[in-house]
Amino acid sequence: MQTEKSGWFDKKTNLTLFLRIFYACLALLLVLDFFVAKHPAFGFDGVPNFFAAYGFISCVLLVLGAKGLRMLVKKDEDYYDN
Amino acid sequence: MITELPPAFWFLAAALLAPLFPSGPRKLVLLTAPLLALVAVYFLPEGVHFSYNFLDQEMALLKVDRLNRVFGYIFCIISFLAVLFALQNNDRLEQSAAMIYAGSALGVTFAGDFFSLYIFWELMAIASTFVVLAARDQASRHAAFRYILIHLCGGLFLLAGIVLRLHETGSLAVEFVGLSGLSSALIFIGIAVNAAIPPLHAWLKDAYPTASFSGAVFLSAFTTKSAVYVMARTFPGTEMLIWLGALMVFLPLFYAVLENDTRGVLSYSLIIQGGFMMCGVGIGSALAINGAISHAIVCVLYLGLLFMSTGAVMYRTGKTKCTDLGGLYRYMPFTCVCCIIGAASISAFPLFSGFVSKSMIVSAAGYEGLTMIWLILMFASSGVFLIAGIKIPFFMFFGRDSGLRPKEAPWNMLLAMGIAAVLCFGIGLFPKPLYNLLPFPVDYLPYTGAHVIGQLQTLLFGALAFALLMLSGIYPAEIRAINLDTDWFYRKGGRLFFTNCEKLFNGLNAFGDRVFMQELPAVLARFAKDPAASLQKHGVRLLVEATGDEEHLAKRLAAAEHRTRHAAYPIGGGVFLAVVFLVVLSLCYILL
Repeated sequence: MQTEKSGWFDKKTNLTLFLRIFYACLALLLVLDFFVAKHPAFGFDGVPNFFAAYGFISCVLLVLGAKGLRMLVKKDEDYYDN
Repeated sequence: MITELPPAFWFLAAALLAPLFPSGPRKLVLLTAPLLALVAVYFLPEGVHFSYNFLDQEMALLKVDRLNRVFGYIFCIISFLAVLFALQNNDRLEQSAAMIYAGSALGVTFAGDFFSLYIFWELMAIASTFVVLAARDQASRHAAFRYILIHLCGGLFLLAGIVLRLHETGSLAVEFVGLSGLSSALIFIGIAVNAAIPPLHAWLKDAYPTASFSGAVFLSAFTTKSAVYVMARTFPGTEMLIWLGALMVFLPLFYAVLENDTRGVLSYSLIIQGGFMMCGVGIGSALAINGAISHAIVCVLYLGLLFMSTGAVMYRTGKTKCTDLGGLYRYMPFTCVCCIIGAASISAFPLFSGFVSKSMIVSAAGYEGLTMIWLILMFASSGVFLIAGIKIPFFMFFGRDSGLRPKEAPWNMLLAMGIAAVLCFGIGLFPKPLYNLLPFPVDYLPYTGAHVIGQLQTLLFGALAFALLMLSGIYPAEIRAINLDTDWFYRKGGRLFFTNCEKLFNGLNAFGDRVFMQELPAVLARFAKDPAASLQKHGVRLLVEATGDEEHLAKRLAAAEHRTRHAAYPIGGGVFLAVVFLVVLSLCYILL
């Protein structure tokens, strides 16, 4: 065991900075997408910023799906012991 | 000398020799074996070696080509890293079992015939069971028991398939089998168990999280990846594999979101990565097979790295659950960085190893026009980033402060993680050397503008979704619970079967005991105590009772008793019984 250490994220300004960089990256990606040459395999994947929308929606659906699944399959930790 | 022996030999020799040495030199033996095996794999010429005759068949212990040599390399490299990582775990059982496990995985990889393959296959199952058992607690004992039952069952499917195939084709060579007929289906199921294809996947999540901090690193490398190799050898281009692979990348994602144990999340991630490989093998084009093989190779490295980082945290804190961990980046910064590199690799971040391999499989699905499969693979790419890329580092190293104040991991763990991290990053940066090792010539550029931007968008907007769901409280909280999976069928079903068998057979036993061991002998004993009197009394009852004359009945019974007591018969009781017996016997003889 060690003494208390403070981390980089403990400073509120650092966390804000991190989030700002993150949002800036997102915005930059949305803009850059218009400037790259695409070779869509299906057509719909050539739509501007398709991947951003698909990635976002996938994660939301995944989390909502998991919440639904939890209702079906959740048991106590000692379920198999009894 | 090194090249004159099969690579597996060095591991098996180390497994047998190591326990004889004291702790220090033993570690040296264990570290040397993977390096010698690596040299052996490098210098093995292509072709058949160590052939022998058995069952009138030409068997080959080694058959080296481009497809299996690359697996040989990675198995030796990860063995070395895992041994280096595991130096603190001075458990002879785990050390020897892990060496046999690695050696038999190499044996499976290089086997030229199904007979040799089967021997190593079962050896691998047994050795890996002992790696699980080496955690030496109740959870791992129970899990190991289920693990060995599943794998022996899978092994029997494989064996039955091999025997039928020998009967049908007369050949045992490990070559293209293809899904047609019973024998190939049995072989397919046998391999599918080890590859953790749903619904035969639950053993992985059941057993791996119960292993010791170092045992899980060994477990993550060999069983599933050697199965991927065998699948790529025997069932490339099998359409069913594409859909099974899609199921494999899809279903475990949801479980992984809910899973509380970090090593449980990694176990689900391991299944998901296997799903990408199965898709690649199923598509079967040169690009897809190259993708599947290269993905298996880099997957060994980054999942090994992730299991090492969770293992290091477990070694220092004794904890693996998300609900117990958090905020450790302040105390284990190097482990944290390595974990993030592993997480970036598994998420296929550009510049990391997963990107240069997984994109080949996804592109192959695109080229073949498999729209649905492509959409599922992209969904999973985004999902993997959520569960392994963000969830693992976030809940272990960031998030809320758990109050744990551990020291940084020991130097050897840091070194092992460091080498794995450098390899993950290096392969992502310079994929050419890996591409040169693949079975087919590679004509593929992972780093195109559209591809990099598309992947970054998929990942970072997935991260944005995670952040928003977390902040809005929609993201399901980590809770201490288990989530039912297909192992329910044999864990609860097995218990139901046992209870019913117990009721049926023990009931039958108790009934038999009561009737034949207690009541019948008692009746016979009462009768045989005085057979003549008993018979007379029965006769009297039969004749007189019906009249209802109680007095007469009592008189006749007393008379019978009197005769018996004074033995007033012309013959003795024993002789009487013998006569009865003879009468019955002659009746039987006449009538039947």
